Order: sequence, then structure tokens, then C-alpha cells
Amino acid sequence: MKEIDELNMPDDVRYSDDHEWARLKADKVLVGLDDYAQDQLGDIVFVELPQEGDSFKKGEVFATVESVKAVCECYLPVGGKIVAANTALEEAPEMVNNSPYGDGWMVEVNPTDLSDMDTLMTNVDCVERLKGAA
Amino acid sequence: MRYLPHTDKDIASMLQAVGVDDLDALFMTIPEDCRFAGDLDLPQALTEWELNEHMQGLAGNMAVLPEYKVFMGAGSYEHFIPACVPYLLGRSEFVTSYTPYQPEMSQGTLQAIYEYQTLTARLLGMEIATASHYDGATALAESLLMAIRLTKRKRVAISSLIHPLYRRVVRTYFEPTGYEVVELGYLKEGVTDLSALGDMDDLAAVAVQSPNFFGCIENLQAVGEKVHDKKALFIASFTEALSYGLLNSPGSQGADIACGEGQSMGIPQTFGGPALGMLASRKKYMRSLPGRLVGQTKDLDGKRGFVLTLATREQHIRREKATSNICTNNSLCALCAAMYMASVGGTGIRELACLNHDKAEYLKKGLKEAGFQIAFDNPTFNEFVVKFPAGFNASYERLLEKKIVAGLPLASYYPELANHYLLCVTETRSKEDMDSFVREVAS
Amino acid sequence: MKESVGTTGLILNEPLLWERGKKGRSGFSLPRRDVESCPLDGALTGEGPDFPDLSEIDVVRHYTRLSQWNFGVDSGMYPLGSCTMKYSPKTNENQASLPGFAGAHPLLPAALSQGILQMMFELEQYLAEITGMDATALQPAAGAHGELAGMLLIYAFHKSKGERRSKIIIPDTAHGTNPASATLCGYLPVPVKSNDRGILSIEAVSEVMDEDTAGIFVTNPNTLGLYEEDIRRIGEVVHDKGGLVYCDGANMNAVMGIVKMGEIGVDVIHLNLHKTFSTPHGGGGPGSGPVCVKKQLEPFLPVPRIVEENGSYALSNDYPESIGKLQAFHGNVGVMIKAYSYIRSMGPKNLKKASQLAVLNANYIKEGLKGTLHLAYDRPCMHECVFSDKHQMAQKIATIDMAKRLMDYGFHPPTVYFPLVVHGAIMVEPTETECKEDLDQFIEAFKTIAKEAGEDPGLLHDAPRRCKVTRLDETTAARKPCLAG
Repeated sequence: MKEIDELNMPDDVRYSDDHEWARLKADKVLVGLDDYAQDQLGDIVFVELPQEGDSFKKGEVFATVESVKAVCECYLPVGGKIVAANTALEEAPEMVNNSPYGDGWMVEVNPTDLSDMDTLMTNVDCVERLKGAA
Repeated sequence: MRYLPHTDKDIASMLQAVGVDDLDALFMTIPEDCRFAGDLDLPQALTEWELNEHMQGLAGNMAVLPEYKVFMGAGSYEHFIPACVPYLLGRSEFVTSYTPYQPEMSQGTLQAIYEYQTLTARLLGMEIATASHYDGATALAESLLMAIRLTKRKRVAISSLIHPLYRRVVRTYFEPTGYEVVELGYLKEGVTDLSALGDMDDLAAVAVQSPNFFGCIENLQAVGEKVHDKKALFIASFTEALSYGLLNSPGSQGADIACGEGQSMGIPQTFGGPALGMLASRKKYMRSLPGRLVGQTKDLDGKRGFVLTLATREQHIRREKATSNICTNNSLCALCAAMYMASVGGTGIRELACLNHDKAEYLKKGLKEAGFQIAFDNPTFNEFVVKFPAGFNASYERLLEKKIVAGLPLASYYPELANHYLLCVTETRSKEDMDSFVREVAS
Repeated sequence: MKESVGTTGLILNEPLLWERGKKGRSGFSLPRRDVESCPLDGALTGEGPDFPDLSEIDVVRHYTRLSQWNFGVDSGMYPLGSCTMKYSPKTNENQASLPGFAGAHPLLPAALSQGILQMMFELEQYLAEITGMDATALQPAAGAHGELAGMLLIYAFHKSKGERRSKIIIPDTAHGTNPASATLCGYLPVPVKSNDRGILSIEAVSEVMDEDTAGIFVTNPNTLGLYEEDIRRIGEVVHDKGGLVYCDGANMNAVMGIVKMGEIGVDVIHLNLHKTFSTPHGGGGPGSGPVCVKKQLEPFLPVPRIVEENGSYALSNDYPESIGKLQAFHGNVGVMIKAYSYIRSMGPKNLKKASQLAVLNANYIKEGLKGTLHLAYDRPCMHECVFSDKHQMAQKIATIDMAKRLMDYGFHPPTVYFPLVVHGAIMVEPTETECKEDLDQFIEAFKTIAKEAGEDPGLLHDAPRRCKVTRLDETTAARKPCLAG
């Protein structure tokens, strides 16, 4: 597993306490798992995504990610309606490991309230928090 | 005691290494008020030779072949078991290993169970099968719960011609869940009456057994179409796996899940258990399957190997959200079934199934000619229901004295079927057995 | 280490069943056809399953070779924690295959099945005596099935009082089956943490126990191999709020003849006959998971129950409050026969001795290895002890690496990564049937491995090297499942 210094935590996304990231893309928000989460889980073997059109409140479980011997529930960092799900993950779940902020994105959300973004952490805050817990 | 290898000297030196004075002192963390001070009130130890005598006495007090001719099936079937099956099954590397958590040291069990899953899927016309369940009844209960998970609906319908004891198990599993089980009646031909389905909405699944409890072969294809019209899952249940050596497989008739009892595949009856719950489904449902699954993979050197897989469905990982609580299953019984299916082979299983059917037809014909009534006019496999004249129970008792068990009286399961008996004939019953049976019941 | 049990030997290759054989071969003596053919309507029949045709020797070689890729208790020490992999006596196998037992139909009239009914009736009594309970039901097929039975009994008990409680307390040291069984029965598991001594505290239980909680699901001794010292008081806390105490008896091998669960406040317990009572595990079953209960739960036990009158036995369904049936017939009778034979062969004194020696063996291993491996709780243990990879992690050697390397030394690894409360757990349960020399060899092997971890870690990362296969790719197995050939 990676040391905290080795983590890739880019500054163009915001982070939740549960290690989902959110990136503003026009008026939509793209969501995925951050480098810390994918590294902790190890090789991801299956991703269960919501249907387009499903709605979730901020903090609700919207997906599950499985490694060989662990299951992780993912909580939506901003409430809203799912407008796209990355169905390519069904065939290639390893993209969450290999490209957590790129091809490994999970869903695109039409946010109910964009100010949800402001409640999330910056990369600096997130790394600080990890160091505090370590 | 021959199972306890410690000499007094061993015990003394080990106690010293541990740093306590005597064996009692090992239990120092158990508070005094939790300790049992007396001696267990159990019979004193027997020698191996005394045990043999005692057990032979008990076993001798049972009605079995060759002394008794048992014309009863009803979920437990007397079939010949080739000598090589119990012989190979006794290999202690199979018998004395645990669930294959460490695959490198358990490739024998893992490959054998992968082969079992494959043969079972082929027998039932499905794409995948689980590593085993306790018995046909629990496989049915788990299948119904699986359908509820898949469809997120809360009601299932099951045929009243599913084995009555299986239905009892389903009710036990469902009692605290709040899910509803509706029973479908039966027609005078001895097959399930699906007419009630028309008014039922929001069904997760419909389960029908074939051959059903009366031995009648259900038209699974027609059932499947009706069930799928209701957007419910079609579960085909069975108690006699051997029948699919001859009959259309449930998968070929549109079943989404096939589940039932595999005891006929080389497993001794042993008063009903251990038996073998078989459960197979379409591949798209694999992540909702209850219980263990073995999958093929490769090792670091690229060699073929097998592992337990999709474990995230299971209790040890998903805990309260698991697809089932099952842990220990009936693995050795699955291995037994695989050995049996391999021994009998594709050609053999069809011939054997035909023989079962033809022998049952022979007895059916003999009873008809002797003036008895076959209760249901529908094709059957190796079981069928006879309506004997009123007062037949006296004859039943008389036959028992002649060491013949004349089937299962149905009245306690279906009160409307007084004097109806469910008879079974497998390859183990000879023509002479059946001729003498007809003579005896007619006399 | 001078000489290990593990060694390289001849490992024969063997293809999959259907890669062998030819159409036209047969491994089965087809019974004589003494009746006429009477074909079924063609619309009802299929082609028959696509099974390979094999000769008898094809089948025999196939399974003999497969068996040689397996490791069982009969091959060597198998110290899987929580699994009680003790020796399975061979006479028990013989008894279970006596034709009178093996050939018996489950629906025979009682008068024709007195032998099995007597055996089952007596086994019920023995198990009730060993646990200190009032009645036993043998029907559950395995431990988890026994747990389900126990949950259903608790549910039925509350229901009979007009109550529907929604929660159940489950400690963090519980077996994974416990929460899954509780959920099947509609209960919401409420977790409680064990304390810094690895056991439950009265306070932690008092804090969560209320009148909407059906009871507590406790494993005693627990999965850390520690006796729950406050079990009596905890039972009182639960009983005071109208709850019941369920004991997962998977670890009963530590306390036979030493603790009677019925006397310390337990209301219902399940036993694993395939653990404590020596019946073989069969590569994952069949097991048998009887439940023993106190008087107040007896009316709810599964049916049919065996009743005795003047030395003759019968099956009775006349229990209107029963939870019903858990299997179609009477449970795993074949397994019961083996457990019965074990109890009769051991007698009361040897059962107690077995528990004493199981605990002695575990403490001996604990003492032997505690300088080498980190001991999670440095306290006297019961029948198993839990270490971790804390010392070895500095060298980037994890539990899994040591476990795999043990195979090269001829031992089955202990249970790993369980219980979850110990990070990188290594849970060793030697059982009483291992002799001192074998324990010494096991301790020595672990010490050698710990040395290798510092000197040549590659040996551990690449292990095992002496099995049929090297480490298997479980990731691909789960990503692209191939479940049938």
C-alpha cells in the first residue's frame, strides 16, 4: 500500500470524508473514488453502478465497489440525479485502480444543490486529514 | 485413549513450558462460578470392539434391503451405487480437509467441485451451479429468497405439488421475513393449477416441481411462459435429479433457477441426510447466488488452477448483507454426485433413467390390470399415485409384516387423498419384486 | 530447521473430467433390463445431459490424482483457528456406512426405524448433558443452520409473548455467519466492541441492551480464544430486559466437562458436530449443527421430535408452537452417527481430557511462538491463540506470506485475517489430537519462516513452491468468473 506522500491527490477535484472525489464539469458533477480508496481496496473486481435517472441525497449509497475480499459502499458527495454511469467499468473494473480520476470515473450527477461542493475538502485538506489519522 | 497422543511425561513438560502446575490451572481465566464441578453423566467409554457390537445392534434394528422391499421414494430414492464411488469418496485427503480457503493446498477439492458445478449445470440445462446446499428443501428456500433480492418484490407463489416437507421448510425460512408465500392448487390430472396466477401481481417468483410430488411430469415450458408473462422468475424444483437423464432439462424449458435434491446421484439414503442441495441458474444472476462458488483461474506460472470466487457475496465478507448465511455446505456430497455422474456417464445416465421410467410403468400396468386405480392420468417418471380401496391401511400393515413397504400414504399430507399411496420404483426393483408386490396387494 | 515434513514429491497431472474419456466407454454396470421399453412422449424428453463417457479406471485415476493435490488432517497438522480440525476416527466412518443406517428411508414407519431413532434420541441427551441444557434438536445441517434455528427459536419465543423485537447484540469478535443468520431472521445486528482484554464488558452490553433487543449472540470461548469472564453478569443484563442469550458453540472443544453453558445463563447454543465431535469436514461439509435449549424454548424446537415410551421410539409432529422444519427430513443423520460413535468411544473422562489437552496444546504454541510473532492478547488462552504480523510488517512480510510459506514446510496454514479485530490475524487452533513432537515441529517451522523473512523475503513472497500450483490469481477469477467448463 502507498505511503501518504505517494498518493496522487490532484487539485482539480474535491474530496469527501469517505474518499469519493467530485469534479465540476459545466453544471454537472463527475464522481469517482480517490487514489487512497482504490489503493486501500486493492485490485477492484466488480463495480455496481446506479441506473441513469436514479436520484440520491448527499451521503447516500449510490454504488458498491468490490475487491477480491472486501466490499466498499460508495456515498454520493453531492446530492442529485444520475445523468450518466460509467458502464465501461462493468467490463473493466480495473480502471478504478489504474485511472481513478480519469477513465475510472463512476457517475455523472446533475446536482440538486451545487453548494454541496463547498462542503467537500480540497486536496491539501484531505492529505492533512490523512496525516492526522495516521 | 487412542485419539489422545499425550503421554504423562509430555503433559508434564508442556505444563512446565506453559508455566502452570496442572491441567486444571490452564482454566484459570474461567471464574469459579462458571466451572462445572461434577462428572458428565454419559455412558463410560467403549472399546472399538464393543462399539462395533453396539452399533451393529442399532443398525440391525432398521428395515432395509435386502430383507425389506421399500416401494417408497418421496424425496429419498434407492439407487444402486457403484463400488468405486464410496471407495474414491473415502480418500482421506478429500474427507479430512476443510473448506478450501487455501487453494494451493486444496486443488483436489476445488477442481472436483468445479467439475461438479459443470456437470450439474449440464444436467439441469443451466449455465452455472453453486458448490452445494444442505438439501433440496433449503436450496428451494434459498432460491426463493434470491428471487426476492433480484426482483425486489415480496411475494412468491409455490405449487402445492412441491414436496410437502419442502414447503414446510420454505414456510420456516419465510416466517420472520414478512415475505408472503402463496400456494397454487392442483388439477385433477395431478399437475399444478396456474389459473390463480392471473390475479396475482408483484410476484418475485413462481416455483413448480417436476416431476412433482405425485410423480407427474409438469409441462415446464407452458409454466415458464405463464410465469414470465407475470414478469416473475421461474424456479423449477425437483426431488429426483436422475429424471433429467431422460426428461427435458429445466433450463431448456425456460427456468431461471433450477434447484432440488441430488441424493439420487450416488448418495446413500441414511434416513434422509446428509443429502445434496443442487442450485443452478442463468449466468446473469451469478452475483446474487447464495453459497460457495468455485472458479477457474491461473497460477503465477500460468498453470490452470481453481479458487473459491465471488466471495464478496458471502457471510464472512458481507456479513449482515450477505446473500445467505451458509458457510459449511455439503461439499463431500457434491463430490459424491460428481463421481457418480462421471461413472454413469452421458450414455449411461440416459439408459438408467429410461429403465427407472419403464420399470415404474411396468408396475403401474400390473396394478391397473389387478383392478387398482391410478389416481392421475398424466405421464410420470419413477413414482406414481395409486388409489387403493378403502380400508387398505390394514393391508399396508399386513404387507409390512411381509417386509414390503407399499409406498407412502398421502392422507396426512393431502387430507383429500385418503387411501392414496405414492409408490416408487427404481432400477433396484426387479420384475419379480414387482410381480410379487402386485400379488400381495391384490390378495 | 533440520528436516521438515513438507517435501517435494511426485505430483501427477490430471485433466478435467470431460477432457478424458470417449463416447462408448462406461464406468457403470447397467442393471439388467427385465421389463419392456415403454417410451415417453417425445415432447417430454430431451437429449440427456452432455456428460463424458468414462471407464471405471478413468474415474478411479482421475479422483485418486485429484485427492493427491489435497491436504487433510490425515496428511498433517491443520491448525485452522475456529475450525477444530481434530483427527476423525476411522471406526466412525465404518459405523455410518453400516447397511442398516446407510440404506434407511427417512419416511419409514417408526416401528421399522428403531435403531436410528434410538441413536438420535440418545445423542440428543448426550449433547444436552455436555452443554447443561434441557433439550436438543439435531435437524440443523451445519453451524450456520444451527444459528438460524437459534434465531428462529428466539423469534418464536418473543412472538409467543406477543412481542416483535427488532435488534440483536453481536460482538465484534463474532463469526461472519452470526450477523448473516440474524438478518435472515429479520434482526438488525447491533455491534458491541470487546474491551482491551479481548472480552465483552458488562458496561458495553448494558449500554445497548433494551426492550427492543431480542438478545445477545455471544461466542464463548470467543474467537480470540478467550473465555468471556463476565458471561454470567452479561446474561443477567440481557435477561433483565427480557432478552435471551444465544451462544455460538463453535468453540465448545475448549470446555467439555469444564463449563456447562446451561448453568451460566445461556438459553440456546448450537454445536458443530464436525468440529467438537470429530466428524470429518469433507472439504466443506456435510456438517451438523444441533441446537440445545433451556426448557422455556423447548416448545419451539423443530419437528418432528423423537419421543420415547417404554424403550420404543416414535416421531412426533404434535408441537403447535414449533418453528417448523429446517431440512426436508431429519438432519444429517450420517454425521450424527459418527458423533455418537465418538462420544461413546470417548466416554465422559476422555471428553474432558480432550478439552484439557486442546487448551494445553494451544497454550504451548502460544508460549513457543510469542517471541517470534506478535501475540494479540498476552493472556492465558483457551483452545486457540491469535497472533499477528505486526513484527514482520517492518520487513514488508504479511500474514499471507507466512501462511503460504508454511505449506512448503508441510503444514496447513492457520486461519488468517480473522478475527477482524486483530489486524493481520493468525489464529492457531492445534486441537488435542496433535502430539508434542508435531507441535514442536510447527513452532520450529514458524521460527524458521520468521528468520527467512529477514534474510530472504523472496522465499515468502514466492511461496508456496511445493504444491500442485503456485499462488493463484484470485483477481482475474473474480473479474472474469469462469464457473463451469
